[in-house]
Amino acid sequence: MKRTYQVRHYKKQGPQSVAAVVADFFSGLWSLVVGLRVTGRNFASSQVTVHYPRQDVGEEQLEGYRGHIELVPKPKDPFTPKCILCMMCARVCPSGCITVKMKKQPKEEPAEEGAKPKKAPKEVEKFHLNYNLCSLCSLCVQSCPVSSLRHSRNVYISGFRKEDFEMDLLARLHRQAEAAPKKPAPEKEAETAEAAG
Amino acid sequence: MALAAFVGLNGLVLVYLERKVAGHVQRRPGPFEVGPHGIIQPLADALKLVGKQLFTPPRGDKLLFWLAPILSFTPIFVLFIPIEFGPGLYGIDMDLGLLLILAFAGFNVLALCLAGWGSNNKWGLLGAARAVSQSVAYEIPLLLSVLAISFMAGSLHLGEITAQQGSWPWQWNIVTQPVAFLIFLICGVAETNRAPFDLPEAESELTAGFHTEYSGMGFGLFFLAEYAEMIVISAVAAVLFLGGWKGPIVDGVWWFLIKIYALLLLMMWFRWTYPRVRFDQILNICWKWLIPLALVNLLVTALVMKLV
Repeated sequence: MKRTYQVRHYKKQGPQSVAAVVADFFSGLWSLVVGLRVTGRNFASSQVTVHYPRQDVGEEQLEGYRGHIELVPKPKDPFTPKCILCMMCARVCPSGCITVKMKKQPKEEPAEEGAKPKKAPKEVEKFHLNYNLCSLCSLCVQSCPVSSLRHSRNVYISGFRKEDFEMDLLARLHRQAEAAPKKPAPEKEAETAEAAG
Repeated sequence: MALAAFVGLNGLVLVYLERKVAGHVQRRPGPFEVGPHGIIQPLADALKLVGKQLFTPPRGDKLLFWLAPILSFTPIFVLFIPIEFGPGLYGIDMDLGLLLILAFAGFNVLALCLAGWGSNNKWGLLGAARAVSQSVAYEIPLLLSVLAISFMAGSLHLGEITAQQGSWPWQWNIVTQPVAFLIFLICGVAETNRAPFDLPEAESELTAGFHTEYSGMGFGLFFLAEYAEMIVISAVAAVLFLGGWKGPIVDGVWWFLIKIYALLLLMMWFRWTYPRVRFDQILNICWKWLIPLALVNLLVTALVMKLV
């Protein structure tokens, strides 16, 4: 099928009337005044930045901030991550910056007749993040079946060596749990303990 | 000496002021760390500029290259001589003061031209070419608007022009010559190469134009010259249109300084509001609008002066 395109013909500008030119001139002048008004208003309003070393960014301003990932603890035990060691995060990570290791499990005890062999619960031995490689794509957080990962709000991360950005997330979770107030409310728990860094 | 101190001090104050204005327009504090509210920041900047290596581009014309910043800066002192800052407070009392200022202000064009040529750098050269075409173009409406005032006053003596205006705002020349004031202001901004007319240095297209190759105080002198020229333009505007040192209640030098600084702040406000205009636009504004407007204004002024 032959396609037809609509060609828009711009009217060739002939000599404009004097009134139009003058009106154009004054509307242009007025637009300059409007511009001055905008910047003038901004000049007079309060600042939106903080003096960083003296002031920190408020928690509410970090709403939705996506820092490096961190482990989410179990609601009842703040020292243990929710992680079930399915390895989805490590597998889905495009830059391969997550290393998860399982604790060696004790040998299965010989089960009694008829009963299912009882397995010891899986435990995380190591949850390591190499933040140097991370592209913050968030795939690990999205793919975790038990929501054991989330983005931290750690804004003030800095260092001099690349080793400063290789993090032991399990140790971090422990630090957070120790720093946190003793009995956090269950809903609030997700927000707490950023202070541990 | 007094002039040098005045220019230097004002340079420091204006650098600070400019950065503060820029900061507040963008809703941040501006310089803050060096001294209370960053008040020593311009001094620190100056020290840094002085400490930098002076570098001449290889195969550049060394003489012209270093003549340019000096040529840009030294005539500034001449510009201040005929300006009457307060009653009886002037360098030399001369009848052709206005002419002297306009003549020596043109030196800056030559300086930019030499800077561009001596740099052995195509951006520098392009910047210089723009500077020349812009400055030459805008000098015409500037002169025409000044001419309208001197028609009215019948004099080129800056003290005389001040003396003919009264103390109250409705007795100033801006009331009778608003169009001339507007033209003068626009041309003044263009002549000092300030935004939105800062095409000679247009750092986004020309990587800083005519002063691309300048380091340390070479650049510093251009910088200082720009601020000094802003002061001159504001001072002349204050004398011609805003009654000079005359003001409500008590006349005196403070009124002159207040007017100068009000105009300077207005120019800074322009800078942080308007985007840079394109080069064809800049010339169109001048040749198609300002010059005809200034000519009409001049003719009307002459006619009214003849009839009244």
